[in-house]
Amino acid sequence: MKVRVTVNGVAHEREVEPRLLLSDFLRHEIGLTGTHVGCEHGVCGACTILWDGEPARACLAFAVQAEGHDIRTVESLAPAPGQLNALQQAFQDSHALQCGYCTPGILMTMTAFLAENPKPSEEEVRHALSGNLCRCTGYQHIVDAVLLAAERGA
Amino acid sequence: MKPAPFDWQAPETVEAALALKSVHGDGARFIAGGQSLVPAMNFRVAQPGVLIDLSRVAGLDSLAWSPDGSLRIGAMVRYRAIERDAEVARHLPLILEALAEVAHPQIRTRGTLGGNLCHADPASEMPAVMLALQARMEVRGPGGTRILPAADFFLGPLTTALAEDEMLAAIMVPPLPAGAGTAFLELARRRGDYAMMGVAAVLRRDGAGRCAEARLAFCSAGPTPMAAPGAAALLVGTALAAADIAAAAEAAKAEIEPMGSVQASPAYQRHLAGVLAARALTLAAERAA
Repeated sequence: MKVRVTVNGVAHEREVEPRLLLSDFLRHEIGLTGTHVGCEHGVCGACTILWDGEPARACLAFAVQAEGHDIRTVESLAPAPGQLNALQQAFQDSHALQCGYCTPGILMTMTAFLAENPKPSEEEVRHALSGNLCRCTGYQHIVDAVLLAAERGA
Repeated sequence: MKPAPFDWQAPETVEAALALKSVHGDGARFIAGGQSLVPAMNFRVAQPGVLIDLSRVAGLDSLAWSPDGSLRIGAMVRYRAIERDAEVARHLPLILEALAEVAHPQIRTRGTLGGNLCHADPASEMPAVMLALQARMEVRGPGGTRILPAADFFLGPLTTALAEDEMLAAIMVPPLPAGAGTAFLELARRRGDYAMMGVAAVLRRDGAGRCAEARLAFCSAGPTPMAAPGAAALLVGTALAAADIAAAAEAAKAEIEPMGSVQASPAYQRHLAGVLAARALTLAAERAA
């Protein structure tokens, strides 16, 4: 089937099987490997992308469903190669990642969260983070990073 | 690619969607938000030969209020749209309170109320909430439309009263009685996980401050969302004092049929039901004018 999707502001058209997951479409068809694939059943959050501005699991949608929609991936965050945006910088400054596998999904979740709630409490950050699993950090530094980004007005 | 191959259909009218379902029978599945169906397909627990996507069907994605205060929620309205609706927050706060516990924002972006109710997971929050709100299901089939009360819609785990050639078109939520207080509480291991036990409470007082009406519905408490009419009846006519609420919460424990899970034995679930029911009733009583 033909599918036309806008990814990070660029229109793409591809011929795909209906069963191709959006996560695999982004990685294998578009070549954007920043969207990570963890559990592939909607639990871990590693594949979180923005779907028309809202956070969603790329592994729980088929590429054909994204027809006509605006998808944003972690690659859209940095203002230029070699640079970080304010949220990413806060993650680096707070040591909020270790292996980094879960980080793209968390960045996308928190991008949407901070847009909606620019001055969150720690409790609100923890609730917002509950849909993303991290097996390295114990979450504390991730919470710190999001609060730091909010403080800096990210 | 994890799911088994399937044919994709994206009809634009309810009639076309129903016609496709009639042709393909149980080899076809409707897909709404897909937040339960796609995981099942990724595991290949579900291998439908045809997926009928309802996202392009006109008229299924709107929230509409009637002059009498009832709300019609199209079956394809996404959770996030309900969550962000100021009128829902004002008139049906029970829905908003329970939605905060439904999975995570990433799931609620795509997930729909209609899809959730048709999936009929007894651990899910919304079926219990719809039971407590006495919602009615607008079911469309080749023969026309029929209306089913929530209490008759859920038949068992993952089983509804929908026939193979029918679909849910909308959910109609009647207005809460004036001055009613509501509360939803659940306990899960982590935020967003399936509840080990959850409860929705609706209370209304009469002019003298006594309980005029009470409703209790539980999730993760049996094969379907479970109402506790006996416990609720105990409250009617009381002043909703702590002892009245404690007695009703205790009675509710005998009305549910928790099945247990790796996380909680049936006995523990029953214990939680009593504790959460007492807390939810206390909150609802405080909120009832």
